[in-house]
Amino acid sequence: MDILTWTYIIVGLTFALYIGIAVWARAGSTKDFYVAGGGVSPLANGMATAADWMSAASFISMAGLISFMGYDGSVYLMGWTGGYVLLALLLAPYLRKFGKYTVPDFVGDRYYSKTARLVAVVCAIFISFTYVAGQMRGVGIVFSRFLEVEIETGVIIGMVIVLFYAVLGGMKGITYTQVAQFCVLIFAYMVPAIFISVMLTNNPVPQLALGSELSGGGYLLDKLDGMLTELGFAAYTDGSKATIDVFFITAALMVGTAGLPHVIVRFFTVPKVKDARKSAGYALVFIAILYTTAPAVGAFGMYNMLNTTSNQSIASMPQWVSNWQKTGLIGVEDKNADGLIQYMKDPGQNELTIDKDIMVLANPEIAGLPNWVVALVAAGGLAAALSTAAGLLLVISTSIAHDLLKKSFAPNISEKQELVAARLAATVAVVIAGYFGIYPPGFVAEVVAFAFGLAAASFFPVIIMGIFSTRMNKQGAIAGMITGLLFTVAYISYFKFINPAANVPDNWLFHISPEGIGTVGMLLNFIVSYVVRQFTPPPPAEIRELVEDIRIPRGAATAASNH
Amino acid sequence: MHDKEKMQQYWKRNVRILLLLLGAWFTVSYLFGIVWVDELNQFRLGGFKLGFWFAQQGSIYAFVIIIFIYVWLMNKLDKEFDVDEE
Repeated sequence: MDILTWTYIIVGLTFALYIGIAVWARAGSTKDFYVAGGGVSPLANGMATAADWMSAASFISMAGLISFMGYDGSVYLMGWTGGYVLLALLLAPYLRKFGKYTVPDFVGDRYYSKTARLVAVVCAIFISFTYVAGQMRGVGIVFSRFLEVEIETGVIIGMVIVLFYAVLGGMKGITYTQVAQFCVLIFAYMVPAIFISVMLTNNPVPQLALGSELSGGGYLLDKLDGMLTELGFAAYTDGSKATIDVFFITAALMVGTAGLPHVIVRFFTVPKVKDARKSAGYALVFIAILYTTAPAVGAFGMYNMLNTTSNQSIASMPQWVSNWQKTGLIGVEDKNADGLIQYMKDPGQNELTIDKDIMVLANPEIAGLPNWVVALVAAGGLAAALSTAAGLLLVISTSIAHDLLKKSFAPNISEKQELVAARLAATVAVVIAGYFGIYPPGFVAEVVAFAFGLAAASFFPVIIMGIFSTRMNKQGAIAGMITGLLFTVAYISYFKFINPAANVPDNWLFHISPEGIGTVGMLLNFIVSYVVRQFTPPPPAEIRELVEDIRIPRGAATAASNH
Repeated sequence: MHDKEKMQQYWKRNVRILLLLLGAWFTVSYLFGIVWVDELNQFRLGGFKLGFWFAQQGSIYAFVIIIFIYVWLMNKLDKEFDVDEE
């Protein structure tokens, strides 16, 4: 069978599965819709969290990023996993004991302030929208490359599917679909990785193959270092970013991960505090499977690419090069007319241009794997994009129906009306996300730095202080949140939008790039909060009791059924 | 209801566990993977330079282990102070 037929069969089967699960797990109450009734097992929640977290970017782009960045790519590997340690130790158990539906719920109640809640809602919606646009774009790209339909058609099919199960099932439908999507995406990621590991090193475990000897002799990483330095690049295992920048970017990604509302809200869905702790551990295990494989995929991809294309004549290049040339992901041009293609650091002399996404998307073809594996990668990419999109849409709809309507502007609506509002909000959000997917604003890549920077500079400190300081009051929290936000937004906007020409290390504050500045925003948030707290009245007694209560696990099940 | 002093003690022990484990978290990633990466790269682990291995593999394994140690220690602590959920 050809690739297209396989792709239609495998993608069709997975979509039928997702829809079947959604019908089975319909939401009957607001509690079902917001937190899946609070009855998800820690293992299932761990898988759902992993699928929720691993987006189109993790699945399609990350290995490619690492293959071109080498050691510098470690910021993504450590940054996007280390945040789960912070979540498990500092946030998840306490927020589960608190036992409500959203992050703005916690901020609003803990700081006894509608202003604080509104600032939190605006952040949550902004962060989620920036993220979801990228997911819909990912859906469109996978559709157009593998199913040969227009990007627009692809995005619309994706919208209909997400709409169906997010609107019908809410958190309950999303959770169980995400469990299925995790299985699809991890299988799709591992199969080609294992094939290639065996081909290059005879070791079937990619994590070990990365440090193994090649079949032809010599360690893979040493060989790669040698090949790259010969071409004028930095050695693969050395990297070229300043240490302080690597440090701050890693921290911003870690803290941002722990502050992302669609990740935090997943820990409201398990029955007990104990389950919230365990669930964060399971989630990281499932994430780590992909995240420890990605650096191997990246290194194998770079090695294969250099071996098959560098200093070869165009005629002798393998079939996949011309296949992917059509999509514009790879380009060859014999600039010095010597009949050979040279991959060089200097853009004026370089004759081979490669998009990072090709390292995962074309991987099965580079390794000459069977057609069904190519189809599997398409289904995996779609699973990664759809699961993340659904989780984000839920945050948007919850923020609007619960935090804005029920808790702020229309407190008198009934539960039934609130549920209708949540479904309507999800529908509108899908349509807007789809619009951005079809007509992507030119700054999609830049706004990702925004999402993490904002989460790091706003939510993370405000929640941590809410739990670990009984004395923190609303004046301190609001002042801190606003300072952190303004500083981070101003810094990123200046270098990314207002004056992009100035975006070079010499102009950065302490040599910290816009990607890492969220860490500084977070520190400012902490400092301002503590200073303001010293000069303002302490929080009321019932707030101190609330804080003391969330620190103790017992009673989480009853706390959750009280509202 | 639990008496206040006992709960303060529970919280203190909890914070001590957190600081210990966050120390480990910081060491494997920020120290081994970033600050001391060049020094550690003098050593090898099979085909890996050691610092590079921590940055792209070892720190992630350590994160998983840290969370499960936390779960285990906290479950024990909850039982000791009789605040577990049954």
